[in-house]
Amino acid sequence: MRHFLEFEKPIAELEGKIAELRHLNADGEVNIEEEISKLQAKVDRQIRTTYSKLTAWQKTLVARHPDRPHFLDYVAGLITDFTPLAGDRVYGDDSAVLGGLGRFRGRSVMVIGTEKGKDTETRVKHRFGAGYPEGYRKARRLMEMADRFRLPVITFVDTAGAFPGIEAEQRGQAEAIARSIEACLALRTPLVSVIVGEGGSGGAIALATGNRVYMLEHSIYSVISPEGCASILWRSAANAQDAAEALKLTAQDLLQFRVIDGIIEEPLGGAHRNPEAAIQAVGDRVEQALAELSEIDGGVLRARRKEKFLDMHQTLAA
Amino acid sequence: MSWLTDFVRPKIQALVGRPDQPENLWHKCPACEQMIFYRELIEADYVCPHCGHHMRLGVKRRLEMLFDDGRYQRIELPKVEPDPLRFRDQKRYSDRLREHQAKTGEQDAIIVAHGTIAGNKAVVAALSFEFMGGSMGVAVGDGLIAAARLAVLQQAPLIAITASGGARMQEGILSLMQMPRTVIAVNEVKDAGLPYIVVFTDPTTGGVSASFAMLSDIAIAEPGAIIGFAGPRVIEETIRQTLPPGFQRAEYLLEHGMVDMVVKRHELRATLGRLIDLLANPKPAAAIVPFHANDADRAQAIDVEVADARPERDAAE
Repeated sequence: MRHFLEFEKPIAELEGKIAELRHLNADGEVNIEEEISKLQAKVDRQIRTTYSKLTAWQKTLVARHPDRPHFLDYVAGLITDFTPLAGDRVYGDDSAVLGGLGRFRGRSVMVIGTEKGKDTETRVKHRFGAGYPEGYRKARRLMEMADRFRLPVITFVDTAGAFPGIEAEQRGQAEAIARSIEACLALRTPLVSVIVGEGGSGGAIALATGNRVYMLEHSIYSVISPEGCASILWRSAANAQDAAEALKLTAQDLLQFRVIDGIIEEPLGGAHRNPEAAIQAVGDRVEQALAELSEIDGGVLRARRKEKFLDMHQTLAA
Repeated sequence: MSWLTDFVRPKIQALVGRPDQPENLWHKCPACEQMIFYRELIEADYVCPHCGHHMRLGVKRRLEMLFDDGRYQRIELPKVEPDPLRFRDQKRYSDRLREHQAKTGEQDAIIVAHGTIAGNKAVVAALSFEFMGGSMGVAVGDGLIAAARLAVLQQAPLIAITASGGARMQEGILSLMQMPRTVIAVNEVKDAGLPYIVVFTDPTTGGVSASFAMLSDIAIAEPGAIIGFAGPRVIEETIRQTLPPGFQRAEYLLEHGMVDMVVKRHELRATLGRLIDLLANPKPAAAIVPFHANDADRAQAIDVEVADARPERDAAE
């Protein structure tokens, strides 16, 4: 069953009508094709209008849409010979931050990302994409390995944030994130990061201090969740919509701040309506970026990455 | 609260330089609940004279306590564009900023100073919790970069004193980007072969702990300081776990291997002085060349060498 968001109601109703018509005319007695194609055109128009003017809060909901492709979908759609690598060699293996070797359109690469899970069982298994310290330590280990073998690194970010809990604190969550950022910055190979859903704070930047950082059109990237921000500044999580607007967390905002390098267009009506198209669009952009970056000397790549982030104290593009 | 009480009064107080609280007040220690005469508390640098509990200390007093003879020079920090997001919650961020500037007399939550500690040069970047909870926005990022570059220029160690709730959410994604920026900054110091020491004070959480604060060569914590990634309230609200006693306190971090030592406020200067000396002056002082009592001629020759080899630092003493 398709999962509709609150603001998608008019779309859902129209699509429901089409389904109903098809059902009534299951034996094909009346020619309803004309009627259906008219309705379909109406649906497309409706989707186009709705999705062309999503508010920050609506984008937050789309970014968290359960049918949106997640890390493992990108791996399945883009990486061949994927070989997951496990463990931080210190404490354990994390099931939220995943990674491994694989081949991306001909190139050997290191792939790292956060997996949210697609149903209750896998969501619990992957802890909704909220990494433990061992996850960020695994990421660091894999990045260091990629550097040693001169492999480019691709990261897919989709997380509400690093896990906030007792065990994570005991094992040094802050240190693990800091070291993962440091590992991103030390790489002498290309690091291309894509925010595919939610880019949640420290848990996101730990994997996304890249030479190129892209965002899917309806993804979000923020220092704090709208709910968290609202509960602190408005003293009520009910103001999450206001916080979402104020935080300027959409891909479009971030491009204006020059915090990201580009926006990857989503299929009509969002990645969840056509996951395969979204995955390939991401693949195309990453391929293009890697082609450009792989020409550059390792030391230069690292220096440029640092310069790029050092430059992030500017305001809106002049 | 009005413009008068929020803005004008603190501004006047900042100008006159008189603290908000009258000096005849008693202060209750939050740990042992004993009453402390306010003046006595100031004299004790906010360490409870009864139980030794460390309360938060203003950033200027902290700098005075660290540098030799309480003397240091501040550097002017880059001017930043205030309020890049035009952020507004129930209040405008630009108004909040102005209020804190008026209240503290500072531009933002970081002060960068240099001077000597136990005779050795040092650059100190200190966060001020009084200024919007020590939160890290562009100005703090810029301040840390300036401090790191000053340390490299002076070939001096960098000491970061942290007190921060984390990233400044009113600067949105730009505050998050200060995490990689400050990581780059402290690595410039480390790459130059200079010591980078962090002093964690209460509290240090969020984006500050998860970036430059956790990357030091040596990590020192003040007794009882809360140090962690997620603050205790966030953990309780999100995970609905009850936190064990002492959780995220300095002593807990020491036990879990996250800091090197817990050092009392009044011992901090001596500890830093010793560490800097050990790291910055690694060679044996020329004066301890072994002396052969039965070889007078040789001894004389060594004395001459010693005089020649004496480093400038010693000569100046």
